[in-house]
Amino acid sequence: MIRLDNVTKLYPGAAGPAVDALSLVVPEATTTALLGPSGCGKTTTLRMINRLVEPSAGRIEVAGRDVASVDPVMLRRSIGYVIQQGGLFPHMTVAQNVATVPRLLGWDAARVAARIDEMLTLIGLDPAEYRDRYPRALSGGQRQRVGVARALAGEPPVLLMDEPFGAVDPIGRERLQNELLAILRRVRKTVVVVTHDVDEALKLADHVAILDRGRLVQHAPPEEILLRPANSLVAEFVGHDRALKALALLTVAERRRPDGPPAGDRPEIAPDASLREALSRMLETGQQELSVVGGGRIALNDLFVRGDS
Amino acid sequence: MGWLAENWDLLLRAAWQHVVLVALSLAVALALALAAGIAVRNRPALSALVSAVSGVLYTIPSLALFAILVPIVGLGAVTAVIGLTIYAFLILTRNVGVGFREVPETVIDAARGMGMGPRRILWTIELPLALPVIVSGLRIASSTTISAATIAAYINAGGLGTIILTGIAQSFIVKIALGALVAALLAISTDLGLARLESRLRLRLAGA
Amino acid sequence: MIGAAVALVVARPGEFLEALLTHVELSAAALAIAIALAVPAGIWLSRRAGATLLAVNGANVAKTVPSLAVLALMLPILGTGFLPAMVALILLALPPILINTITAIVRVDDEVVGAARAMGMTRRQTVRRIELPLAVPVVFAGIRTAAVEVVASATLASFIGGGGLGDFITAGIALSDMPELLVGALPVALLTVATELGFATLQRGLTPRGLRAGA
Repeated sequence: MIRLDNVTKLYPGAAGPAVDALSLVVPEATTTALLGPSGCGKTTTLRMINRLVEPSAGRIEVAGRDVASVDPVMLRRSIGYVIQQGGLFPHMTVAQNVATVPRLLGWDAARVAARIDEMLTLIGLDPAEYRDRYPRALSGGQRQRVGVARALAGEPPVLLMDEPFGAVDPIGRERLQNELLAILRRVRKTVVVVTHDVDEALKLADHVAILDRGRLVQHAPPEEILLRPANSLVAEFVGHDRALKALALLTVAERRRPDGPPAGDRPEIAPDASLREALSRMLETGQQELSVVGGGRIALNDLFVRGDS
Repeated sequence: MGWLAENWDLLLRAAWQHVVLVALSLAVALALALAAGIAVRNRPALSALVSAVSGVLYTIPSLALFAILVPIVGLGAVTAVIGLTIYAFLILTRNVGVGFREVPETVIDAARGMGMGPRRILWTIELPLALPVIVSGLRIASSTTISAATIAAYINAGGLGTIILTGIAQSFIVKIALGALVAALLAISTDLGLARLESRLRLRLAGA
Repeated sequence: MIGAAVALVVARPGEFLEALLTHVELSAAALAIAIALAVPAGIWLSRRAGATLLAVNGANVAKTVPSLAVLALMLPILGTGFLPAMVALILLALPPILINTITAIVRVDDEVVGAARAMGMTRRQTVRRIELPLAVPVVFAGIRTAAVEVVASATLASFIGGGGLGDFITAGIALSDMPELLVGALPVALLTVATELGFATLQRGLTPRGLRAGA
């Protein structure tokens, strides 16, 4: 659990604070996205959690302990840290990179070796093939994956990610996002992700914190941000198509109706498809009603935003 | 070539003296340059100043440098080593500076973020990554030092310069040629060996 | 001791000036001739792909031969005096100028030249407006290196009777006369530093503003 209490960061000579009295709680084993335009202070906030930047005022607690009371070097060994360019050590193999924090923590050789294999398998790289490769022999997406494995290797309860997939192509990015979600479903971590990509934040996060010029503007689950933006700034940032984005958060299964009168040649849609995909199918086929594979149907009306959702 | 047959031991001894002079100076200069480089690597203004001053001082001719040292420390091998060390230091110090500057910031940031302390980062990240550039400097330094050491003979330091200088005094071409040849071979082989080392190191780090 | 050295110069101004002049003459002449030889050669060689590699490697190897050796080897061929010293200095100045000239031409970004041609510049215009301004600073860097090398090595001309400030140094060592030694050593040190700084300033002046470090 991470708690930020009135955290402020003021750089000497700057016009205003980079982070302005920010208070935020990240519940344990959830993912929070820090979202906002360039310069809003999201990266600075992230880096204050592991004390790469020291706050000018305020208090930060991780797992109940004030981070200021702990030796920063030791603190960072218990927090995973993933950055945009990966920051893999070019002169070390994949295995050596991943083994960094376990070795710093003093694990014995056997445990380290087992952990390396475990981590590589977790990120979908065959250990036998990738252990001894150097970063230069990996693609951008693979490097980011290794970066994630490296961050998780020391079994940290907390994971900080700074634009982790920003440098990867859009297809690779989507794949990495899905893989990250799959990984996080298996391991319980408290995660803070910095991103400027609204769709990424909505996809990855349980809660989204929108920052603007160092201040917290709204902190809520994704649907809330989309359906009830706190102000025009949030609405603008999230985009004029936010209702469409909201559709992406729900699945057909959640809105389908029971089977009605047989309708013959209706186009089909899978139950785990998003409502957005369903809408797209309707537009594609010119049909306002679709059959759900496995039972049920869904109509255009069913997609409309309900006040109570 | 009759001379060579009779005096090969002389030539060998001179070559050995030469190697000792150069190796000693390079070792001390490298140690000093690394120490200085590590100390200033996080202070860009100081680092730039050191590089600039070194670059200018290095242009002073070896004979002049030795000559300035003679009134202070006298003639002999010690004076030569001091002078040669100064030369090598001036070259190495610039390359050490560049080497550290070229270590990517993101890599150091990742290392700090993972909980490595500054000393560990220096030894396991910064030095290994700065190594190719430092070795490149060592190549230049060794080549220059071998060349400057030939002049050290004039201040009674021994080395292959003795052969060359006595060859000049006696108008004995063979001596001049052999002294020059062995010195050149020494320089070329050292350069080739270090070049191999440098490219091996660079290959490991390519495409970081 | 420096005081004694100054006194010496005051007492024998003619000797000092002659040594200084010879030193400068040797250096200037050698540098000028080396430029006249190496720059055209570099341009010519840069057009032949196979030749460039050979030339650059050869020049790099040549650079490792100790300067004293190069001077000494003139003895059996040209004897002692100004001429052999100058020839030796020319040989020492050639490699850096050659390497830099070839590198400068070969390295001018193909993309940049391609863009110029695509915009409709003739071959001549491309050379004049793009390739030359980009190449000049690099060539000049080679000339600067050569200049320093030459001025420094001219000190050794003394060993083969070429004259120059080295005479004072060798005499000083031979006679254990420290002031004499310094009369040679200090001015020569100043001379080389001045050469380095002077050429550095010139180089900066020749570098297009956008390319200067810290522009």
